Amino acid sequence: MAIQAAGSILYLDNVHVAFDGFKAINGLSMILKPGEMRAIIGPNGAGKTTMMDIITGKTRPDRGDVLFNGQVDLTKQDEAGVARLGIGRKFQKPTVFETQTVEDNLLLSLKGRRDVYAMLFAKRTGEEAARLDELLALIRLEARRGDLAGDLSHGQKQWLEIGMLLAQDPKVLLVDEPVAGMTDAETMQTAELLRAVAGAHSVVVVEHDMEFVRALGVKVTVLHQGAVLAEGSIDHVSAVQEVVDVYLGR
Amino acid sequence: MIARLIDLRGAVFLLLLACFATIVPMMSLLAEPGSALHLPSYAVSLFGKYLTYALLALSVDLIWGYCGILSLGHGAFFALGGYAMGMHLMREIGDRGVYANPVLPDFMVFLNYDALPWFWLGFDMFWFACAMVLLVPGLLAFVFGWFAFRSRVTGVYFSIITQAMTYALLLAFFRNDMGFGGNNGLTDFKDVLGFDLQAPGTRATLFALSCLALGGGYLICRAVTQSRAGKVLIAVRDAESRARFLGYRVEYYKLFVFVVSAMMAGVAGALYVPQVGIINPSEFQPANSIEAVIWVAVGGRGTLVGAALGAFTVNGAKTLLTGWFPEIWLFFLGALFVAVTLFLPNGILGLLRRRRRAARAEPATTAPAAAE
Repeated sequence: MAIQAAGSILYLDNVHVAFDGFKAINGLSMILKPGEMRAIIGPNGAGKTTMMDIITGKTRPDRGDVLFNGQVDLTKQDEAGVARLGIGRKFQKPTVFETQTVEDNLLLSLKGRRDVYAMLFAKRTGEEAARLDELLALIRLEARRGDLAGDLSHGQKQWLEIGMLLAQDPKVLLVDEPVAGMTDAETMQTAELLRAVAGAHSVVVVEHDMEFVRALGVKVTVLHQGAVLAEGSIDHVSAVQEVVDVYLGR
Repeated sequence: MIARLIDLRGAVFLLLLACFATIVPMMSLLAEPGSALHLPSYAVSLFGKYLTYALLALSVDLIWGYCGILSLGHGAFFALGGYAMGMHLMREIGDRGVYANPVLPDFMVFLNYDALPWFWLGFDMFWFACAMVLLVPGLLAFVFGWFAFRSRVTGVYFSIITQAMTYALLLAFFRNDMGFGGNNGLTDFKDVLGFDLQAPGTRATLFALSCLALGGGYLICRAVTQSRAGKVLIAVRDAESRARFLGYRVEYYKLFVFVVSAMMAGVAGALYVPQVGIINPSEFQPANSIEAVIWVAVGGRGTLVGAALGAFTVNGAKTLLTGWFPEIWLFFLGALFVAVTLFLPNGILGLLRRRRRAARAEPATTAPAAAE
């Protein structure tokens, strides 16, 4: 097992979690290589969000290994600890700081010290200002930088949250349903954005939208009842009879 | 830097405080008794009491308005600061008490103590008492917050355990063998640092000091909320899990702001006691803490100046109404809270802002009221 873990950025082996007897994750194993982008699909209740919760330290697995960089045990970390290691997470429902400006949202997300003392006396550096400009351009919100995040449209909030992830400069991005509620054009722009950031970062995308997954053009993992059902290209997995059964109902 | 710290509203507030701090003592000390300008010293102490309430309100607004922690136990920190100051004032009495014991306060002689309990040691020194005014509420907030925030106790559960905390302290301080004077508390103070507490000059000085403390507390709150840590606090208030997943250890931010706020409440209590002349366990009553939250809600949560304004307004109304119709005060307070919740979600300051915006021929229709 340790041999497989070496050289991986994210390594899950035989992970189990049960909530009140319900097996949400049941022997899940997955390996993500540095710079890889992976799409996770699966019907409701397949365990996609629970898997994210386990990786980010929100939920402790009952059993199994979760390793970062082949060596760091993520099950011993809390959410902030995991984030500081370099794993960023975007929620299913866009979650931004609504009463603060777009710019401040990004400022709070920038990689750097996170302790109270440092933040009390922090002053904006030129480097930070340049990075903010860069990020605002990337997520196409330059014109809205001074507006409150709560005034953004749904799609813009999704983008802002992706921008906040990128601001952390994480090694791994976990992105939960990034195009939910987006128009077709926005969906394609988002696929483009994610493809652009893969390579420098490893990305895990959970998504229902098959068109979007196809547009990403990456390896797909199909989850079902807390375990991996199939893995491979989108064309490969959509040809697997079990996957068709799960999606269409037996 | 200064411009960021003191906005227009803050400047008006500090200027008004400075005026108060000079005019009220002058009206008390310089104006002839009997002239229309003369302010009797009981009024000076009454206004001084309002100022300490305003400081308490400020401390509640810092954690509730900016970090979303609804503490219903801030009255306990206020009372602990008050007791720390009261203990010094008791020791200052010395042998001028009824029993003329040079060391033991009257209530201890009465209860047959033969020596000073260990926790009364050091309180004969003013600086020591001042340190305890900050340290005791700060330490309680630290220990309490450490367990509560690390266990992720939030929302209404946190509010309830803070109520339990202040109620537990109420019961404890009622006991005679706690060594804090039981039911009667600490009173019959004579002087502080050698100045007679009944003298108009001392009262005027305490009033001016209360103004100073309120202004200082305001500046500390502004410094915290305008810093980048202040942005993190608001982030925690609005989307706690987002802040965690960005790598912020939310519990430490909460702990920091809770301790700062508790210390401010302690200072308020310490200034309250010499002006009111008594501290007893009733200050720990759960209702007191709830009233402080109402002041903040009435003035405008998350505005700082609004919290102080709310404390003045509600307590001014309380003084007048309990004088005129003593029996309706609690009904009035309840009705006020309901009315503010329904019609003034952003308090008096929110109302002013709405008026100003309406007067500007409403070009901005999208600006949300929650912005602050």
